[in-house]
Amino acid sequence: MQITSPEFKSNSRAALADAQLQKALSNVRSGFIDKRLKAVADLPEFERLRDSAKAIKDHVLSNLDLYLEAYEGKVLAAGGKVHWCQTAEDARQAILAICRSVDARVVTKGKSMITEEIALNEFFEKNGIAPVETDLGEYIIQLRGEHPSHIIAPAVHLNKEQVEEDFRRVHDHLAPGRDLTEPEALLNEARRVLRSRYFEADVGITGANFLVAETGSSIIVTNEGNGDLTQILPKVHIVVASIEKVVPTLDDAAQILRLLARSATGQDMSVYTTVSTGPRRPGDPDGPEEYHVILLDNGRSAMLGTEFQDMLRCIRCGACMNHCPVYHAVGGHAYGWVYPGPMGAVLTPSLIGVDKGGHLPNASTFCGRCESVCPMRIPLPKMMRHWREREFERGLNPAVARYGLKTWAFFAKRPRLYRFAAAMGIPALGMFSFGKGRFSWLPFAGGWTRHRELPAPEGRTFMQQLRERDAVMKQAAR
Amino acid sequence: MTQQKVTKPRVGLFVTCLVDLFRPVVGFAAVKLIEDSGCTVDIPMAQTCCGQPAYNSGDRKDTRAIAQNTIEAFEEYDYIVAPSGSCAGMLKKHYPGLFKGDPAWEPRVAAFSAKVHELVSFLADVRGVSDIDARLDGTVTYHDSCSGLRELGIRAQPRALLGQVDGLTLRELPDSDVCCGFGGTFCVKYSDISNAIVSEKTSKIEASGADLLLAGDLGCLMNMAGKLKRQGSSVETRHVAEVLAGMTDQPPIGGRG
Amino acid sequence: MSGRQAILSKVRASLAETGDDAARRAVVEARLAKPPKGVIPARGKLPDDARVDLFETLATKFAATVERVRSPADVPKAVAAYLRAKNLPAAVRVGADKRLAAMPWDREKALEIRSGPSDGDDEAGVSHAFGGIAETGTLVMTSGKDNPSTINFLPEHHIVVVEAADIDGDMESVLAKVRKKYGRGKMPRTLNFITGPSRSGDIEQKIILGAHGPRALHIILVDG
Repeated sequence: MQITSPEFKSNSRAALADAQLQKALSNVRSGFIDKRLKAVADLPEFERLRDSAKAIKDHVLSNLDLYLEAYEGKVLAAGGKVHWCQTAEDARQAILAICRSVDARVVTKGKSMITEEIALNEFFEKNGIAPVETDLGEYIIQLRGEHPSHIIAPAVHLNKEQVEEDFRRVHDHLAPGRDLTEPEALLNEARRVLRSRYFEADVGITGANFLVAETGSSIIVTNEGNGDLTQILPKVHIVVASIEKVVPTLDDAAQILRLLARSATGQDMSVYTTVSTGPRRPGDPDGPEEYHVILLDNGRSAMLGTEFQDMLRCIRCGACMNHCPVYHAVGGHAYGWVYPGPMGAVLTPSLIGVDKGGHLPNASTFCGRCESVCPMRIPLPKMMRHWREREFERGLNPAVARYGLKTWAFFAKRPRLYRFAAAMGIPALGMFSFGKGRFSWLPFAGGWTRHRELPAPEGRTFMQQLRERDAVMKQAAR
Repeated sequence: MTQQKVTKPRVGLFVTCLVDLFRPVVGFAAVKLIEDSGCTVDIPMAQTCCGQPAYNSGDRKDTRAIAQNTIEAFEEYDYIVAPSGSCAGMLKKHYPGLFKGDPAWEPRVAAFSAKVHELVSFLADVRGVSDIDARLDGTVTYHDSCSGLRELGIRAQPRALLGQVDGLTLRELPDSDVCCGFGGTFCVKYSDISNAIVSEKTSKIEASGADLLLAGDLGCLMNMAGKLKRQGSSVETRHVAEVLAGMTDQPPIGGRG
Repeated sequence: MSGRQAILSKVRASLAETGDDAARRAVVEARLAKPPKGVIPARGKLPDDARVDLFETLATKFAATVERVRSPADVPKAVAAYLRAKNLPAAVRVGADKRLAAMPWDREKALEIRSGPSDGDDEAGVSHAFGGIAETGTLVMTSGKDNPSTINFLPEHHIVVVEAADIDGDMESVLAKVRKKYGRGKMPRTLNFITGPSRSGDIEQKIILGAHGPRALHIILVDG
């Protein structure tokens, strides 16, 4: 997909002016936050589980090579195949080769952010294979030629009227009189259309929430059941997963599963948690005949051992964006690539480069709400600041900002000069407000005064007043 | 008499640059509140800013220089107190990271940071203040500034102390823990997004029915006051310390009317 | 193998590890053989009866329906009654599970039993659960000819028989039983944890039941 992260500012201006989007975004605020809060409150062990989950992932990451080897061994033992792919292109080619080997024409897909990352759908279309997204939200945005705007609620930027319009446009069997005004009717229509697609598909592709080294299993978590129909009906099941998804054992997965659904949707457990191991066994009446794992690096290995390693603990629950004021304001598409919100602000520069993704870690108020809800205790603001440091070191931030900052820092490091400049400037500035107590406009303060008044200084600085007060007191004491 | 004076804890007040430049009354309110809690207050003249603008812009080198200056100016005190959750958070939670691996500075910064407190939590938690001698007739609402809330756990303390102010009714602000959109340089670098966030906040403030908005961080207060004023709102804005110290004679932040 | 070598080398280089460090390998192998005891919520640690009650409460909370019967012999009657109450045709899809097969289906004269995996045209399917998890009201299903996975997902109504004795407090206890049955490090092709009927919140974050999987999940709990 085309990267528009460098245009974050204009993207966000367009998003703020989009009335449909703004209406839809209000569902993020109401749909996730309270439910999560309640689910967390109902589990007294939640905080301890966060510690446990963090420790599990930290342990895996520092031994990732060994766990990947162990995992691979078990996949092979269960009759599956592992395809190690360094880049997105390697992954696309490996997937294409598998699809070609069974003359696949239709491929169903469960919801997977990693296949967005490798832009698999566009690639399939170019190669004459029809990808069919089966998650309701993914299906809707596929009809619209869009990309997900949220990692667990891909169509959160849309309202039901827009979905109805798309269904009427694409589903040509629909009678004009058919009532599709309510989400129920829309869901039923999608269910009916997709049901036959599951049976048509030659290959089913899912992502993975976890890869389990103990058993060589992949685990997916869904509510709709689409991921299951995607993997048990076609002849071939391909799992696409990045290397950091591995956990040691099923018990470790169980620890993290207790956090995942609660943090994501406020459920105790998602409806379907599915552990898949290899192809169907001899005598099994259903299940895929082939099981392939695309094990993708695509930049992760370079994050290990750096200040961005903690990001590899991410379990893609979406809690950070659900609680982010910036995400609430502009939605996911403004971020300009696959991963939006705070997790995207850290991950995107790692994967596409800080020269392209540099806006994202800057577009944060550092309010810290993301870190406070992150089940894996990922210090998101801290890592955004690390990106700002890398940018600063490389001189990537705008010259005006650098110059302003350097001038300010020059004074801040020299208290006497600072005092002097403040004593000169501030009372003068205060006088300019002519007793109104605020400015509606000031030169060089357009960023502030475009949207709000600038409160004026009271008059003399605190330090000036203090000196005077002390002088008066000394005089009185004399 | 002399004996008693010696035993009083010595507090170094970190005024914060915004208070120094824009809202000195908050500094004087802080001095009064800290003195009333049984401490002596000094205001080292060598202080400037905590360094957040540089720190959050990725300029670690300047941040460190500014931090060294702050530490040198304040490390002799028993406590270092700031009328701002965000500046206190910087001094307490972020300074140590700047000196990681520097054996000369690590112990110094650790000792310094351990003594740093935000004003209201200092009064309530460290000094055990439960009695506030102030009066304000009106309905107020309170915004939890992000750094104070999430880095320092300040939530109950301002509410408890405001509960002691005669004549004051506190009306809770829905989503009081959601950012106001200030974010330091964020509010000018991404002013349209900041505006969307602060507009959401001011509509909740208006709906709360309060006639005075309080918070513990001047940056957030200037942002919210500026938006309220631009919208023609009659809700006034003050730093919580002004109310606790009973120093509400001068015009609110952003002026009257 | 080049991709494999390249990725492993990059990982090792980033971690500043060599990959043949015996001490690291020993730690990893030990941990794989015996995972540390994690945090197990107290919620599920209950005496037998209370545990089964919690399972029922939570399964119901997550929109499954639960019916209790006294013995396996009561199951066919309960299934027939469920179909009648929902106005469904008197037919169910069933796998080769021996526990199900031993039930007196012949007493329900009108009930058609279709054997094998689901083809997508079944209104109702019956499965026997491997177990249940009280902590979250979750059913645990294992794939195979006894209980084909397609029955878990394709019918509009999924009826699941679970024995009270198979309901554990927490997920780890069930996983221990899976290991015991299939052998350490081995698994059935598919292990499904099912908590309520299929649903989606993808349109305006409004939760609607029956997305792609069953619209209804009916649990017949056989008390021991």
